[in-house]
Amino acid sequence: MTQIELEGVSKSFKGREGELEVLDGISLRVQPGEFVSILGPSGCGKSTLFSLLTGIEAADSGTLLAGGEELAAGHQPFAWMPQDDVLFPWRTVLGNVALGAEVAGGLARRDARARALELLPTFGLEAFADSRPFQLSGGMRQRAALARTVAQGHDVLLLDEPFGALDALTRTDLQLWLEQIWERERWTVVLITHDVREAVLLSDRVYVLGPRPATVRLELEIPLPRPRTLETLADPQVAALEHELLAALDVGTART
Amino acid sequence: MRQLGRLVPALLVIALLLIVWQLYSTLGDVGSDLLPAPSRVASAGWADRSSLSDNLLPTVREVVLGFALSLSFAFALSILLDRSQAVRRALTPVLIGSQTLPIIVLAPLVVIWFGFGLTPKILLVALVTFFPLLVGLLEGYASTTRAAMTLMETMGAGWWKTWRLVRLPSALPSFFTGLRISVTYAVVAAIFAEYAGAELGLGIYMQSAKNSFRTDLVLAAVILCALLTLALYALTFALQRLLMPWYAQSRERPS
Repeated sequence: MTQIELEGVSKSFKGREGELEVLDGISLRVQPGEFVSILGPSGCGKSTLFSLLTGIEAADSGTLLAGGEELAAGHQPFAWMPQDDVLFPWRTVLGNVALGAEVAGGLARRDARARALELLPTFGLEAFADSRPFQLSGGMRQRAALARTVAQGHDVLLLDEPFGALDALTRTDLQLWLEQIWERERWTVVLITHDVREAVLLSDRVYVLGPRPATVRLELEIPLPRPRTLETLADPQVAALEHELLAALDVGTART
Repeated sequence: MRQLGRLVPALLVIALLLIVWQLYSTLGDVGSDLLPAPSRVASAGWADRSSLSDNLLPTVREVVLGFALSLSFAFALSILLDRSQAVRRALTPVLIGSQTLPIIVLAPLVVIWFGFGLTPKILLVALVTFFPLLVGLLEGYASTTRAAMTLMETMGAGWWKTWRLVRLPSALPSFFTGLRISVTYAVVAAIFAEYAGAELGLGIYMQSAKNSFRTDLVLAAVILCALLTLALYALTFALQRLLMPWYAQSRERPS
């Protein structure tokens, strides 16, 4: 069964200068255990799409199905990971991870901490359970934030430009790390990004959104063999795929 | 040891002020009854120590109880105001208005309404101290980041859970700023209330010392008030360390 299915989803906002059309008939599909990226320029409505998926906003038209059922407000199968890690300084790393299990997963405090403790090794954080977020490096903070997202126990991870705030080297490092973890865990992931290389390196499939009002301009399979490593970046296919994605976005036509 | 070292500059300034005061009142041409030297203030205060401490305790009690009332009121009100825009809009003018009441006029009125007992003092201390606490809490809630609110929303947390887990802890740094402002008002408010009528307390002690021209005892009581405020101020830091151990740690780290 398809995990997520969007059919003709449109959304506009009423502003001072009339209607602002943000999404115009978006259709996309995500299978269980699939890694799908949504690639688009800034301000193309990626965040609006997220708000629809997480139930913060409602679509004007079209259908959103999760596991074959209509997405209802207050009931949503997604665990959201924000760009800024949003780790709370008053909680330890363990406490922050447990928050996902406690609030979204509905576990009792104790069970939530036990669940978080189980998860930490997967994210290489077992030695930092009692550390405070400010004691961690940027990359470790993102790993902790991802652990909190997984701890929510939802079916789909919704990663919202998760590495966007990191420096380029740390970003590549974390992308390769995520690929490794994903090979093992096979979560269903929807990644929103404007980083073409990130989309190619991590995804099974990429949807390219155009500028506002956003439509799906291209759906591209990424046939690179897994597991993908640093060597994958030297594969000539990568350059071809990146080129195809960038071309779909009109990058290089100097319209901006 | 490092903690003590940090006190040295403050102690030096105080010592310098005392020396200037001592020299001015012994060598200058002010009468020693008008401006008694610190040495005389100290010895007179020491001689009258049992009376001073009898009068100190009621003042401390008023400050502590007034603060307890003020804290509970500020917290309860802050939750209401944070919860509802409408309540906030309705109450804000009244709350600000309450801070424009001149305490010098209000103190005798409160004594007329509630008598010479503890009640008017507690009310006055609470009235003067709740506002900085409330503003500190509200500003603190507002400092919660949008992403944090969205995170809680996507995790399905309701208002109360979000308040308890995110908004309240986010508000603590700014709450302590408010608390430090209000402790410096608290003792003054209690003295004012006592001045307007009391059986015991540093305010009434100062008043009767002044009436019998014992400026040395008035000043001794003033110094006691200053010490009391300093102690309360130090207590807010201790409390902050206890409630927000992460805060000091994250600031000590050079980055």
